Amino acid sequence: MALMTGAQILIESLVREGGKVVFGYPGGVTLPIYDVLYDHGLEHILVRHEENAAFMAEGYARATGEVGLCMATSGPGATNLTTGLVDALMDSIPIVAITGQVPQALIGRDAFQEADTFGITRAATKHNYLVKDIDELSQTIHEAFHIAISGRPGPVLVDITKDVLLGKAPYSPDATLKPLPGFHVRMDPDEAEIEEAVEFLWEAERPCIYAGGGVISSGASEEIVHFSDVLEAPLVHTVMGHGMMRSDHPHYVSMLGMHGGYAANLGISRCDTIVGLGVRFDDRVTGRLDRFAPNARVLHVDIDPVEIGKNRRADVGIVGDVKRVLQRLTQRLEETKAQRGVQNSNKRSVWIDQVQGWKREQPFQYEPASAEIKPQFLMERLDAICDGEACVAVDVGQHQMWAAQYIRFDKPNLWQSSSGLGAMGFGLPAAVGAQMARPDDKVVAIVGDGGFMMALSELATIAANNIPVKIIIMNNGWLGMVRQWQELFFDRRYSQVDMSAGFPDIPMLAASFGLKGSTIRRPEELDGALKEAFDEDGPFLLNVMVTREECVYPMVPAGGALEEMLLGPQAPVAVGD
Amino acid sequence: MLERQLIALLVENKPGALMRVAGVLTSRGYNIDSLTVAKTLDPTLSSMTIVTETSPENGELLIKQITRLVNVVKAVDLTEGKAVQRELALIKVSNVKPEMRAALTKEAEIFRARVVDVSPDHFTLEVTGSPDKIDALIDLLHHYGDVQMIRSGLMAMARLPQNKRPIPTLKQEEPEAVAAE
Repeated sequence: MALMTGAQILIESLVREGGKVVFGYPGGVTLPIYDVLYDHGLEHILVRHEENAAFMAEGYARATGEVGLCMATSGPGATNLTTGLVDALMDSIPIVAITGQVPQALIGRDAFQEADTFGITRAATKHNYLVKDIDELSQTIHEAFHIAISGRPGPVLVDITKDVLLGKAPYSPDATLKPLPGFHVRMDPDEAEIEEAVEFLWEAERPCIYAGGGVISSGASEEIVHFSDVLEAPLVHTVMGHGMMRSDHPHYVSMLGMHGGYAANLGISRCDTIVGLGVRFDDRVTGRLDRFAPNARVLHVDIDPVEIGKNRRADVGIVGDVKRVLQRLTQRLEETKAQRGVQNSNKRSVWIDQVQGWKREQPFQYEPASAEIKPQFLMERLDAICDGEACVAVDVGQHQMWAAQYIRFDKPNLWQSSSGLGAMGFGLPAAVGAQMARPDDKVVAIVGDGGFMMALSELATIAANNIPVKIIIMNNGWLGMVRQWQELFFDRRYSQVDMSAGFPDIPMLAASFGLKGSTIRRPEELDGALKEAFDEDGPFLLNVMVTREECVYPMVPAGGALEEMLLGPQAPVAVGD
Repeated sequence: MLERQLIALLVENKPGALMRVAGVLTSRGYNIDSLTVAKTLDPTLSSMTIVTETSPENGELLIKQITRLVNVVKAVDLTEGKAVQRELALIKVSNVKPEMRAALTKEAEIFRARVVDVSPDHFTLEVTGSPDKIDALIDLLHHYGDVQMIRSGLMAMARLPQNKRPIPTLKQEEPEAVAAE
């Protein structure tokens, strides 16, 4: 077997695991890796800040369902990755991060650019490693990929000392995975749990499917549509769940939660049976937990046993891969129907009509304007261009919620949102990662003016690599969501939210990076500007000045019950009866 | 209301395993009352006993969150279950008056404590037993002089049902055998 350096073994191992592109930033201790990358086939995208390397790896992973790769040097490089790692942990996104560490002889001596990466990222990763023995390097990379993608996906970090990168050892590409005695994934559901679930669902009169990111990551969008048809149940989804069901399906409702649709929130609140699929009953979904769907029984399916009953007690819990659970459950439901005849079909169809009636009664809506661009109007026009097929990465805040409300996604893995962590600065780099994964697809970054400034440095990465993402800045001159809360709950005392002062001239900024860009203010300019941006072969920066003081509705105030939505800028109303 | 929770773990004997387990507790704001860890007969595995305080509704969640860790082979809640529980303490009693020395060693015998170090005015005792027994001995020894002590923290091992108790072999320590309990 040929001897290789640790750096060569690392790169060969990444390629063996299917790595195609790595987003990274070099430094002192990773010099040996970058020397290998100098003339290696593994593509490397040089970012301008390590945090964005992690977000790009996430964008790649979210767009493909495969493991995304990022790399940074020791000390500040590694600490800069951390936000992206936590983001991937919260949203269960499979990424592998490689960091260099100072030579073993210097560890613990406060060496230059030394940080306890292993300790710091313990709580930021699904699992992490510190490699101090070159003979363990190849196996560790093997394990890192396996752990990142298996079961509930998540980020894995491998910290490698410089002496390991410089050392030499034999490498064999066909290494097999050693057993991991503490890592067990239950993919197939327990048959007894399935039977219990069949009986449980059999009794439902007003079932409601509540589905999230787990459905996307298990690739179960076909299965969930079939399941919904067989169960005869409406489907509401989390902000992670966009694209699992076509928006024109008669059972499709919308996103639920704090800024979810009226019908979705009312539907889950009034149903008698919740079918939670790859969801975690997050506080932004449930509102006040002890008043969430008080009369509903719960069936909860998740691959992570921790989630079953974590927030809301489950009457029936199934641990397993959502795709396999749905295949088996749907099959058993069909067989049971064939044996016993159809149960509660009339009641369920009346129920679906009722939920869809609520949706027609109170769709996502806003007060149109002719003199200025309403942010919701921007999203509607973007939706028309994207037509359910484009990959859209959003940042965090008002624009994120409006995009989630107004843009349709008819396929999974198109929508990218920092949903659990809510990390501003995510959208622009995530779009870069998605575009690298889907070079031929339309990729749009919709960002606010605040988040755009956080990720500004990556315009250089976009320009240098001619990555054809369309960056749409929804510019209201504020940190809009913070301002909205200050308006509603802090007596309009707009403290430290104005972003308009100092905001760059976008056409000039774009030009200085060698990019095309424009700024528009009037509704009649919008379609033309969007066409210009999307017709452009390369990247484009479109700054859309929108209505400044606009709030996202419906809104469930924090701590309120999900049914208590504010539907517009009037006094709070309890909706429904 | 927080209640005492006793957890027995089998973990991979790897750097960071202890940090990960402790991290699950600390990130949720739980205090660790005691924690013992040592290698098992299989040197690739360590056993760990943790005593912490949790609210009853979070006890099961905590076990699941610890089990989720890649390095944790098995986690068992022994709070309610039948388990042998032992702790070791070294207790130093100093400034013991000469006329009290005989009485002290007599009392120590009642607790099956052994004298492991001695000088004209002090004794160091070694005692094992349940935490209650050790507490009782320490209370008593305060009457004899100034007390310093160090405790190992609790070790716990689940009892097997009498009819299922296998002939003890090394295999007991292997994860498969433990999982089959």
